Amino acid sequence: MKISAFHLMPHRELPPDFEQRYESVWVTPPWWELADPSRVGQYYNWTLDELIHAARAGFDGVCTNEHHQNAYGFMPSPNLMGSVLARATNGTNVAVVQMGATLPTSNPPIRVAEEYAMLDCISGGRLVAGLPLGSPMDVNLCYGITPMEHRERYREAFALTLKAWQAREIFAWNGRYFQLPTVNLWPRPVQQPHPPVWVPGSGSISTFDFAVEHDVCYCFLSYSGARSAKTMMDAYWDVVGRKGRETNPYRAGFLQLVVVGDDDADAEAKYGRHVEYFYHKCLHVPAPYFAPPGNQDYRSLVATLNNPVRRPENPKELRYRDFVDKGYVIAGSAATVRERLKEEVVKGLHVGNLMVLLQIGSMPHELTLENIDRFARDVLPDLRPVWDDDGWVNHWWPERLRGGAPVPAMAVGAGRA
Amino acid sequence: MSLHEQTLAVWQGKVRMRVLSKGSGPSLVFFHGSWGLEWDPFLDELARDFTVYAPEHPGTTAEAPDDVYHLDGLWDLVLCYDELLQALALSSAVLLGHSFGGMVACELAAAYPGRVRRLVLVDPLGFWRDADPIANWMVLEPAQARARVFRDPDGPAARRMYGGAEDPKTAAAARVRLMWAMGATGKFIWPIPDKGLKKRIHRVQAPTLVVWGKEDRLVPPVYADEFARRLPGARVETVSDAGHAPHLEQPDTVARLVRDFART
Repeated sequence: MKISAFHLMPHRELPPDFEQRYESVWVTPPWWELADPSRVGQYYNWTLDELIHAARAGFDGVCTNEHHQNAYGFMPSPNLMGSVLARATNGTNVAVVQMGATLPTSNPPIRVAEEYAMLDCISGGRLVAGLPLGSPMDVNLCYGITPMEHRERYREAFALTLKAWQAREIFAWNGRYFQLPTVNLWPRPVQQPHPPVWVPGSGSISTFDFAVEHDVCYCFLSYSGARSAKTMMDAYWDVVGRKGRETNPYRAGFLQLVVVGDDDADAEAKYGRHVEYFYHKCLHVPAPYFAPPGNQDYRSLVATLNNPVRRPENPKELRYRDFVDKGYVIAGSAATVRERLKEEVVKGLHVGNLMVLLQIGSMPHELTLENIDRFARDVLPDLRPVWDDDGWVNHWWPERLRGGAPVPAMAVGAGRA
Repeated sequence: MSLHEQTLAVWQGKVRMRVLSKGSGPSLVFFHGSWGLEWDPFLDELARDFTVYAPEHPGTTAEAPDDVYHLDGLWDLVLCYDELLQALALSSAVLLGHSFGGMVACELAAAYPGRVRRLVLVDPLGFWRDADPIANWMVLEPAQARARVFRDPDGPAARRMYGGAEDPKTAAAARVRLMWAMGATGKFIWPIPDKGLKKRIHRVQAPTLVVWGKEDRLVPPVYADEFARRLPGARVETVSDAGHAPHLEQPDTVARLVRDFART
């Protein structure tokens, strides 16, 4: 299987009473009270260093994503980060997984097709092209896209992107939302016919259908762990089966928070407060922000309001041990982490493309590097061959990187200096 | 006198709109706000003096939620309402609109000045003042939204719109209806309810009455000045003990204002 290091680039030093003092971590947190540009520059550099460190430590891929106006994860342009990562990992077998630039907020959306083609050229064909729908906070609230048009715009932009990468002839795009008279993309991606496409989602049924119909890798980006994702992922595999696709585990991605220590107590001592910071502060968002009227189509709205999927518990009332017990975070010794990841996530959800979040909330740089090293050394090698005997091909990974383990370009730890 | 119900299909048959009607006398068309249409005591009161037609905004008709996808913007919506008025054989009528519906009524009066005998705008949307931003009611917690829309968030009018303590099934259905109505109307005003009315409002010829709830905490009464300034001769009436929906919190008062203004 393929295992990638994911990063959100959060604010690491929010005040202790943040969630009492402010209404939201997203859309409205006041920059002038909460952040300092020089310090934020340090966060960006730590983020890049941590991902480059992960690449050198043996991960198969490095992931960044796009969000706006928040302290939870603020890479408004993941492609700026991806560009640095592509350059820094040249000569390795590490994929640059953009999870990614959001189509509905890019106008015209061929901007994403162009930048991804650039990244694929710079990296020599190591790009994984995540094409997310974008969160309602980012797309509707920050970028002003009408909720009812959000999915339609996405679908049109998606079709345009795929065509722009592949068309041999110059074409005109006369769409409902986008009109481009002369589409002739420069550059085109190295990978042919186009880089592998991943579509991240958070459990919406219409995204399952979309992902399966377009034969892309569906990635469930969940913060509540595998146990609560089980129903969702089972529903996804149902759709895969119903639509006559093979149940290749590489058709699914999953994001899991992981912290590795010597043992349970060590993990709690090292990481406990950072995990709580993440769930208490970084996810502090008013519920209506997630569901502006019109964002969900009518069918999904009726389904959601009539049987709310197991009323989710309020993470603000949970503590570190709850997060671990409930599987929000997989934590403990390397052996525990290996076991739980394999059983709950990889086998339990039938996942071939695993993403792990190793920098969590306020976790400082040195501790993040330690978590990355422990995972890369003591967990990752054991997980990598899980699906090897089943003979599946990872069609959703850059072709030239599909072989065995990546060859680290430099010794582990070279990024620390 | 009973409530009449019909569903008309316009826009090449793709947009179905249910129209409730009642009463006799001069024709009056009521355009509902973001929260969907409900036949309420205010409309009942008006039906004593007018033939009241109350269309459901595209998408908010129960059997036709997806029809709204056939409309791309305000221009389509205005044309769609033109077709509806034609289908109802209303060559001239009093147009009355609340909130989002007020903006629609005003756009129609600007697009088809000859069709509108009298125009009544109740706490209408349509303008934006940087100094007095309008909170986005579509993403407020239900309790906050109620407090923005109603002077008395626990009063009967608020309970009717936001639901009281019904059984879970009824509550879920009401919630679906409310959310979808906000989505379908929001399609034409997101993210800022100023879609260029200021460029077109000078075309309005009908005598106009602007009614505003004195305690409107969603679209503050200062917006009445924006309408008055651009509609010379418009009369502005403020209603005490009412928020953003004065016709729901003070139905008799607002019905009397409308009657006195529009019957002549």
